Amino acid sequence: MAAPLPPPRLLPSGDSAITVEFSRNIDDDANRRVLALDRTIAEEPIAGVIETVPTYRSLLVHYDPVQIDFATLGPKLIELAQRPVPALEKSRLWRMPVAYGGEYGIDLEDVAKTLNTTPDDIVARHIAGDYRVAMLGFTPGWSYLSGLQESLQMPRRQNPRLLTPAGTISVGGVQAGIQCLAGPSGWHLLGCTPVRTYQLHRDPTFLLEPGDRVKFFEVDHKTYAEQERAAEHGEIIAELMAA
Amino acid sequence: MSKLVISSIGPASSVQDGGRFGAQRYGLTPSGAMDRLGLAAANCLAGNAQMAPAIEIGPYGAGLTARDGAVRVGLSGSPRSADIGGRSVTWDTSVTIAEGETLKLGMARGGSFSYLAVEGGIMGEPMFGSLAVNARAGLGSPYPRPLQAGDELSVTAASAGTERRIDLPAAAAGPVRVVLGPQNDEFGEDAIGLFLDSEWKLSATSDRMGYRLEGPVIKHLHGHNIVSDGTVNGSIQVPGIGQPIVLMSDRGTSGGYPKIGTVITADFGRFAQIPAGTAFRFKAVSMEEAQTEARKFAELLRALPGRLASIDSFDLNVEALQDANVAGVAVSAMDARTWQVPAAQE
Repeated sequence: MAAPLPPPRLLPSGDSAITVEFSRNIDDDANRRVLALDRTIAEEPIAGVIETVPTYRSLLVHYDPVQIDFATLGPKLIELAQRPVPALEKSRLWRMPVAYGGEYGIDLEDVAKTLNTTPDDIVARHIAGDYRVAMLGFTPGWSYLSGLQESLQMPRRQNPRLLTPAGTISVGGVQAGIQCLAGPSGWHLLGCTPVRTYQLHRDPTFLLEPGDRVKFFEVDHKTYAEQERAAEHGEIIAELMAA
Repeated sequence: MSKLVISSIGPASSVQDGGRFGAQRYGLTPSGAMDRLGLAAANCLAGNAQMAPAIEIGPYGAGLTARDGAVRVGLSGSPRSADIGGRSVTWDTSVTIAEGETLKLGMARGGSFSYLAVEGGIMGEPMFGSLAVNARAGLGSPYPRPLQAGDELSVTAASAGTERRIDLPAAAAGPVRVVLGPQNDEFGEDAIGLFLDSEWKLSATSDRMGYRLEGPVIKHLHGHNIVSDGTVNGSIQVPGIGQPIVLMSDRGTSGGYPKIGTVITADFGRFAQIPAGTAFRFKAVSMEEAQTEARKFAELLRALPGRLASIDSFDLNVEALQDANVAGVAVSAMDARTWQVPAAQE
């Protein structure tokens, strides 16, 4: 018998949500426990729980205080969170095309200079990563990836940009990201993918689930333009390698 | 079918309902009405389900014209002046806009958001079960953006029913109540004391995404970066400059600043109604008290239909008669039946 897992911290997020915190840091083991608890609640629904939001290190559990109170739900979540964590080998693996540099990744040259290497080497390091979707958040489809190589980790920009393109592939701190909608970002922009992780009127509307694995590969700018047009017509573009 | 044509409308006005839930895990925020009691009351007046889509009208005025038939609307949320063709309309009532007439609404008085619900609801294409506008995500129907002059909403023609009013409890006064956490341990006792004991002002840069507060600088113990985690309506983030931001209905679903506390469910709508520039205070309450208040608020919403009254009962006409007398215009109790009296002449 393995020793029981240490209990998570229960942090009140107002009267209608509990943050179940497994770690204060970005931590793969903590993220696995987040996703395991998320799955447990999906498979064994608790009356009064409305929805759950996995993040790197915690699971936010939204609930209706008319149906269940903090004093009842808290201990229940602690108990479920201490169950053994199942292996994640069943995770889906997606391959995603990326057009790097130039107008698609305006920070590629600067990142190469900062890290004393060439843009090609930065691309190679980015492609070498075996990423996992740790969480989605901020805006629809914004996918936060763990698994960024240490040699690509650098502080975020001093001045966040107010507008960065849809499909932006970027790095910031120890995180890598896939951004779906155009919007603000303080990360370093390496390229763009034609894949839309969120698209209305497409089935599925949201492509990636927390826990999915992602590998990137490079496409030339011409291929990118063709794939982007296809994506606009609802094609998924990303290749599903394993399920 | 009738149409409600927007002849004029200020910023921060959009179609909102109870919001869309279930996709926060994909980064999709629920959106929905800033003041759920206001939305529910307007819908009750219009005879709709409480969280049906309605027009959330920001602090500035608006004009709405009925086309292709009469349109009955329910008005609630922040009070404002209202008139149709010079006849004033009492707040927290339903009123029928006849074909070709325009309902004119003034600036919000003492609040920020008013709700105009249309009898039979607003026609649109639900996305994730909601018509609520979330412009950032391109969601919302019939327009995936705030309303503008010239927009037309397809609505049901007014029924022959009588007009109604709703007697809402007096708005709660006093500090905005919060539950401390989830990251109150990122702040020292003195910082938490300063947060709870100070007067705050709502910044003019506030919007449906977040309300920025102006007041003393709240210092963190270990810096202002945490690893992003989930947010809720009412999360009180403290960014590096030490001026809190309260996350509202269009919040990001995750955030990377420590959250010192959370506005309680029962006070969220009241907090949302605080006008820019207005001073207010916070007060910490226990989880037990917050959840008791949340249950009371749910019960208030559930029992709202019991607060409706037909406005042709005599006692209700007294107010209309008084309004008419203030305006210096004689009006009979029979005429006051429609709860519309001539507007005061300047």
